[in-house]
Amino acid sequence: MDISELHAIAERERARRTSIRIHCCTSSGCMASGGVVLHEQLTKAVSAAGRQAEIETVAVGCMGFCGLGPMVVVEPEHLIFERVRPDQAAELVGALAGKPCSIERGDPQHPFFARQLPIVRRNGGQINPERIEEYIAAGGYQALYHAVHDLEPNEVIEELTRSGLRGRGGAGYPTGLKWATVAKSRGERKFVVCNGDEGDPGAFMDRSILESDPHLVLEGMCIAGYAVGASQGYLYVRGEYPLAISRLQKAIGQARRLGILGSQIFDTAFDFKIDIRVGAGAFVCGEETALIASIEGRRGQPRPRPPYPAEQGLWGFPTLINNVETLANIAPIINGGADWYASIGTAQSKGTKVFALTGKVRNTGLIEVPMGISLREIVEDLGGGTPDGVAVKAVQTGGPSGGCIPASLFHTAVSYETLAEVGSIMGSGGMVVMDASTDMVELARFYVDFCMDESCGKCIPCRVGTIQLHRLLSRIRAGEASRAELDDLEQLCNLVRDTSLCGLGQSAPNPVLSTLRYFREEYEALCQPEP
Amino acid sequence: MERLKLATVWLGGCSGCHMSLLDLDEWLLELATVADLVYSPISDVKIFPSDVDLALVEGAVANDEHLELAHTIRRQTKTVVALGDCAVTGNVTALRNPLGSVRDVLQEVYINHGSPRAVVPDTSGIVPVLLDRVLPLHAVVPVDIFLPGCPPSAARIKGLIETLLAGKVPTEPVRFG
Amino acid sequence: MSARTLTINQTLVSAREGESVLEAARDAGITIPTLCHLDGLSEVGACRLCLVEVAGSSRLLPACRTTVSEGMQVQTDTPRLQEYRRAIVELLFAERNHVCAVCVASGHCDLQDLALHVGMTHVRYEYLAPSCAVDTSHPRFGIDHNRCVLCTRCVRACDEVEGVHTWDIAGRGVAARVITDLNVPWGEATSCTSCGKCLLACPTGAIFPRGSTVAEVQRDHSSITRIMTARGERW
Repeated sequence: MDISELHAIAERERARRTSIRIHCCTSSGCMASGGVVLHEQLTKAVSAAGRQAEIETVAVGCMGFCGLGPMVVVEPEHLIFERVRPDQAAELVGALAGKPCSIERGDPQHPFFARQLPIVRRNGGQINPERIEEYIAAGGYQALYHAVHDLEPNEVIEELTRSGLRGRGGAGYPTGLKWATVAKSRGERKFVVCNGDEGDPGAFMDRSILESDPHLVLEGMCIAGYAVGASQGYLYVRGEYPLAISRLQKAIGQARRLGILGSQIFDTAFDFKIDIRVGAGAFVCGEETALIASIEGRRGQPRPRPPYPAEQGLWGFPTLINNVETLANIAPIINGGADWYASIGTAQSKGTKVFALTGKVRNTGLIEVPMGISLREIVEDLGGGTPDGVAVKAVQTGGPSGGCIPASLFHTAVSYETLAEVGSIMGSGGMVVMDASTDMVELARFYVDFCMDESCGKCIPCRVGTIQLHRLLSRIRAGEASRAELDDLEQLCNLVRDTSLCGLGQSAPNPVLSTLRYFREEYEALCQPEP
Repeated sequence: MERLKLATVWLGGCSGCHMSLLDLDEWLLELATVADLVYSPISDVKIFPSDVDLALVEGAVANDEHLELAHTIRRQTKTVVALGDCAVTGNVTALRNPLGSVRDVLQEVYINHGSPRAVVPDTSGIVPVLLDRVLPLHAVVPVDIFLPGCPPSAARIKGLIETLLAGKVPTEPVRFG
Repeated sequence: MSARTLTINQTLVSAREGESVLEAARDAGITIPTLCHLDGLSEVGACRLCLVEVAGSSRLLPACRTTVSEGMQVQTDTPRLQEYRRAIVELLFAERNHVCAVCVASGHCDLQDLALHVGMTHVRYEYLAPSCAVDTSHPRFGIDHNRCVLCTRCVRACDEVEGVHTWDIAGRGVAARVITDLNVPWGEATSCTSCGKCLLACPTGAIFPRGSTVAEVQRDHSSITRIMTARGERW
C-alpha cells in the first residue's frame, strides 16, 4: 500500500458521508444507559423521516461526558443532546428539521468541553471505531507511513525523546528513554506490549481509548515496533472489557487486510503483528513483570526488577511495555512534531493527561487536559464542583496507589513532580472527588481492602502487611484503638512501602499515609481518649 | 536490702511453666532468702496483692477471670513477665481460635464430637465465661519482659530472675517452643 | 571470570562477577537472613528478609537477586533493616497457626531459627488464626497448611530439581495455598514421584513425613503380647 492509496481511502470515505451526521455514543458508559438502542431508533427515525440521503447515524466512541449519557452530537453544526432516551429518537430527528424539541441541550462552550485539549481523545465521539476508513479519513496511519518510509528508527526515538512524553501508566518514566533502551538491548527477538490492564477503582481512561479509537493504539504500537526493532506486539486487555476486546479484534483484522499490519507494512521490510491477550481479573497483572508472566501463560505475579523488561522481558527477550494512553500519544507526536507536543504542559511534564473524573462532582466523565492545569480548575471548572454545591474536601488521584489531596492544595498544578510532592501520584488517571461527608478513615480502609484483596501473595509484607493494615484501620474505625496505635499504623505503612516486592505493595499504604498526613484529626477523633 | 515481692500466676496454660520453675529445686531456697512469694498457685493466697515487684505470668488469656486478673496484675505490679509460649503467643491454649467464636468451639466439642447426650453444659455463674478469642498476655495489658518456651527451661527462668535481681535488663535471646 | 570488589558493612569483600550480594556476603562470613532462598534453587526474592541497603539506591534491594558490582557499598544490618526483618517474621507468625510446641519441626525449623536470629520476643500483630487444611492423602508425606509460609521452596525443588512441577500456588493474598497438580489431594496427584524433595526443601513443619505427628503414631502391641504369651507358655 502506498500513501496515495491511504489518501484515496480517506477521500472515498469523505465522499461517502452525508451532509449531516448524527453521532451517537455507543461506548460502555452510554451503552449502559441505552446508547445502542438509541442508535437503532435514530437510524429508524431517519428512515421514517425519509432523510437517509442527507443524514446518517454513526455509532461513535466516547464523548467524555459520561454522566449525561447517552449523548448525541449532530455534525457539522455541533448540536449537543444529552440524556437522550430511545423514545426521543424521532423528536431529535424532527428537531433537525426545525421542529420543537424538549431534549436537554448541551452547551459546546461549557467549560467541561472548552477547557479540554483532546490529543489522544480527539477522535472520541467523532468516528465509528469499528470502521478503519473513518480512522484513515481522520488522518490515521499517516504517522506510521511517515515513520517507516521517511524516518530511521533512531529518528523516531529522537522525536519522541524531544517531545518529552512520559509514561501515562502512572510512574512517568520518559518514554523516549525506554524506547532507546529496548532499541539498544540485544536480543534475537523483541516485543512490544501494550498494557491495557487498567484496574484502578474509578478509572476508565484506557477502556474509553480502546473502545473509541482502537486504531490509534495499534498505530502507536506499530511505530513502537519499528522504532525498537520488534516484529510482534501483544495487547494485554483485561477480560472485563469485552467491548474493547471485540473492537480491537475487528480493528486488527481491518488493518491486516489493508496491509497496515502484518508482513511488509506499507511495502517496506518492516513486519509487525499484533495479538490480543486477555487478562483474567487480577489487578496485579497491570504490574509489568506480572503482566509478562501472564502473557507467557504463567501465574500472574511479579518478579523483582532489575532486570527490567527492556532487557529481559517476554520469554527473556527485550520487551517494550507501554500503557494504552502512552501509545495513543505516539501517532499525534509523529504527525504534529516533537516541538508542538513539547509546547504543551509544564517543564517536566509535557502534553496532556486523560482523567476519569468521578465521585462527588457535578460533571462526571472523561477529560483530557494539558499538564500544568490546576486541580481547582479540574474540580471546580470542568467538574462544576459538588452536585449539591457543598465544599469539596479532597481528591484522590492515582487510585489505590495514590493519595488524597486536600482542597487547601488545589492550587497544585497537575504534573508528575507536583503530585508526588503533595504525597500522591499522577497514576493512571483516576480522580475521585470527595466532599465533607466523605469519611477519610473509611476511604483509606476501602483502598487498603482493595490492595489486600488484590495482593498476589508472593511477598510477605504485601500479603500479610496489608491485611494487618486493614485490621488496624478497622479497629480505628470501630473506635477500639488508642492514639498510640496510630504510630503502629504509620510504622506498618512504612514497612509495607519499603519492603514489598512490587508497586502494588509499595504503593498500597499511600492512601493511608496521605490521609494521615492531611486528615489526622479524623483518625484521632476515632481513637479512645488517653487514660 | 528490700526483699523482692514475687508473684507467679497461672492463667490459661498447662502449668508446665510452673513445673519448670519448680525444677529449680534447691535454688528456690536460695531465692527464698531474697524474695517473698506473695501470690502463686502453689501458695494459698486468694487475692492478688498490691505493690508486687515481679509477676511471672504463665498461660494465655482465655476467659473473663483471666482478663480481670491480667488487669489487676498490671495495675499492681512493677515488672510483668509473660512466661512461656501460652502467655507470649497463645500457643496450645489458642489452638481453638481457628475454630471460630466460643459458640462454634462449644458446638464442636460438646455437640459434634461430644457425649451421646450432646448438650452444651450451662455453667453460667459457676465457671468463668470463655472469651471469643484466646489472646496472648500483651494483647490485653502491656508486658515488660517476654520469656517464651514450652516450657522455658528452669535454667532460663533462673537466668531471668537473677538478671532482674541484679537490676539488669535481660538481653538473652529467646526461643519459641 | 573477573573479580569485583565491594564493601559490605564497611568491610572490603571480593566477589566473582555475576555473583549475588547474598553469596558474596556468605563467602565473607556475613550472615544475611533468608527464608525463600535455598542453595541450588532459583531466586524469587519473595520473603524480603535479605533486603539490604545499597548506596545510591533509594529502595531496599533483595541480596539474593542483586548482582555484585565494582565499588558497591552494601549495608546488611542497619537498625532499620533489623526492625523490618523482625516485623516481617512477626507478620509470618501472625499469618497462620505456627505453634512450635506441637510442631514436628520444632528444634529444626528455619522459621523458629529466624525468630531467634531477628530477636523476636513476641508478635505485635493480631493473630489471624485462619482455619487451614491438613492433607494426609499421600501415603508417605503430609502437608499441614497451618505451617506453610508460602516460600515456594517445594514448588521450585519439584520443578527445577525433580523436574516434575507437582507443586504450585493457587489463590492469592492470604488465601494463597500451595497445591499439588490441579488442586487435587496430594495422594491423587498422579505427577508426584514421591521423591521427597519438597519435604527436604520445606523450611518449616508444613511438609512432614507421615507417622511423625502425635496423632499418627501407630502402636503395635502384638509383638509385646507375643513375647508375654511366649513366656507364659514356656513356664
